[in-house]
Amino acid sequence: MVSSHHFQALFDPRGIVVAGASTHPGKFGFVALHNILSCGYEGEVFATNRERVDVLGRSTVADLTEIPHGRADLVFVCTPASSNPEVLRQAASVGIKAAFIASAGYGESGEAGLKLQMELVELATELDMVIVGPNGQGLISTPSSLCAQIVAPYPPVGSIGIASQSGNFVSSFMNLSRQSGVGISRAISVGNAAQVGIIDMLEYFSEDPKTSVGLVYVEGISDGRGFAERLKKVCRRMPVVILKGGASGLGARAAASHTGSLATDDRVFDGLCRQMGATRAGSIAEAFDIAAAFATLPAPRGPRLAVVTTVGGWGVLAADAISSTSLELVDLPPDLRDTLDALLPPRWSRNNPIDLAGGETKDTVPAVLDAVVGHPEIDATLVLGMGIQSNQGRLEREGPFYPDHGLERIVAFHDRQDARYVEVALSASEAVDKPVLIASELAIADPDNAAVAAVRSTGSFCFPSAERAVVALHHLHERAAWLTSFGTPGIETE
Amino acid sequence: MSRTLSESDSKELLGSFGIPFLPEVLVSSREQVEAALVGMTGPFAVKLCGENISHKSERGLVRLGVSGTRAVEQACQELLDAALPEDVATGVLVAPMATGLREFIAGVSVDPVFGPTIVFGLGGVLAEAIADVTVRLAPIRRYDALDMLSSLRCRALLAPFRGEPAVDLEALADLLCSLSDAAVSIVGLRSIDVNPVMIVNGVPIALDALVERSGAEQE
Repeated sequence: MVSSHHFQALFDPRGIVVAGASTHPGKFGFVALHNILSCGYEGEVFATNRERVDVLGRSTVADLTEIPHGRADLVFVCTPASSNPEVLRQAASVGIKAAFIASAGYGESGEAGLKLQMELVELATELDMVIVGPNGQGLISTPSSLCAQIVAPYPPVGSIGIASQSGNFVSSFMNLSRQSGVGISRAISVGNAAQVGIIDMLEYFSEDPKTSVGLVYVEGISDGRGFAERLKKVCRRMPVVILKGGASGLGARAAASHTGSLATDDRVFDGLCRQMGATRAGSIAEAFDIAAAFATLPAPRGPRLAVVTTVGGWGVLAADAISSTSLELVDLPPDLRDTLDALLPPRWSRNNPIDLAGGETKDTVPAVLDAVVGHPEIDATLVLGMGIQSNQGRLEREGPFYPDHGLERIVAFHDRQDARYVEVALSASEAVDKPVLIASELAIADPDNAAVAAVRSTGSFCFPSAERAVVALHHLHERAAWLTSFGTPGIETE
Repeated sequence: MSRTLSESDSKELLGSFGIPFLPEVLVSSREQVEAALVGMTGPFAVKLCGENISHKSERGLVRLGVSGTRAVEQACQELLDAALPEDVATGVLVAPMATGLREFIAGVSVDPVFGPTIVFGLGGVLAEAIADVTVRLAPIRRYDALDMLSSLRCRALLAPFRGEPAVDLEALADLLCSLSDAAVSIVGLRSIDVNPVMIVNGVPIALDALVERSGAEQE
């Protein structure tokens, strides 16, 4: 029976052993040790090598029995499948509780491998160990500065917990984490999921104080009912974003009735996600957007969205995006319109989207954002057009006239202004506990832009477009509505 | 092995869970028609009923808009004459005609991975081409039933439509919750097909239904 102390051994081990460390920089046993030693892990690190050769300048032991009892909790297994039963027995004998098995040659390779895999699970259960994998790429745990994986990258610290049936999706999500600055708590590739799978990881994440949102990639689901029921319990505690591949992998459907034949497998999965409170995403980027939104934004109390934009076109597209969601582009309340009339030149849009029409100054933008975000009839605010000034500043800074002709001063001023607008927007959000979303393609085009950098420095997420921000907020609103359907949070009303 | 219940048995079973059907009578000969129609106003839908009738419409075993006792008697006789032995005909169903512009389909289907599911979608002749169907696992909560309605791409059809009033969403949610009760209560259930669910003056009425159960669970 796998329990929380097993997961603690896995994600927060006091010490870790790389079984099968290699001097060849192309081998798993080299890369795993390299990554563990390179990302700041502070526990003890041991390595086994049959010939006891030094690896990365560190001495090794011939096998796990030479490691003092109780000093390591996790073994990262890179040895061939045939050696692994012995590796597990030795690991258990020195007090190790968790094994991540990167070795291939198991269920993915055919019948014989599947038999080995089942035997390994039996052995692990007998030894009271948790095994993850086999055929997995590894795990990340930023609270322990642990990068026990055979791939890159190591992401910034944060509260997104990733579990994936494909190791490469873990990398994809973590690349987006590095790019955006919205960090990761734990990440794990479950490989063949012989003993523990995605849902076990989600259950652990939902109890983990370091994790606030689950982000998963799944392909096949074996115990459908069990998965659905456990997912619902997890979603009552924590938002979960699911990206699913291989819709046909659910197996052939008994097309018994006319209505049944219309219902494809994918619709079943789609429906169960809505029913169990999980958010289904359609792409890697969308999945990360939504997870980042859950990790960084307060839940909206309702659907009423205000859009603040420095120029008209972006607001128009945002309005289009809102029309196909559960969100409402509310008419501006009269008192808010009066407030803005007093702050802005007469050419402003006088409705929502709130188009400042170039009327922004160092004083009006903060005042407008405060008034909009704080208004009791606005549940969330989308801010567009941040970073324009510092984008011009960049062109000037890189041009032939800089720093003369007053350019140095104005460029610095633009950078300060953009950073200030962002800070005002985000502190207004914090003050009233309502979501404020900042969107600009500069998030991707120029991550060093002053506005983008200011968003990143507060730990927030700069959405790459208004549409993507709107979709993410829509999902936050849908989840809030789902939670509300149970009545008082935490009390079962079924 | 599975066994399909006759239309009247299917309706009786589903009616006990609260699925709304029209009042209708099952007659086994033309002589019973006149007495059976007392208190009912036409025009009528007249359908052959049996345990194993497939392609009812295609085979001309459904007569719609039949007016007057004599015409109903005639239709009744023709349908009984047209029955094949393999239909295992149990009689002829006579029901008042219901008309409405909007048709939906509802049902229960057993998914090989996730078990019984509740299915709801757009019905009518374009149903398969448009394929606007939403699915949940049984049992569903009332919230899920309402969410199914708002998940349809064609949800605009639930609003007032070409002179017909808005659909009674609570009544439609009731119907889905009743299906869910049936899905978890009927032993050996293979599938339920309620098609069409017609919107008559804003209210959903199930006009036809088929329940399929596994052979092993027959009483």
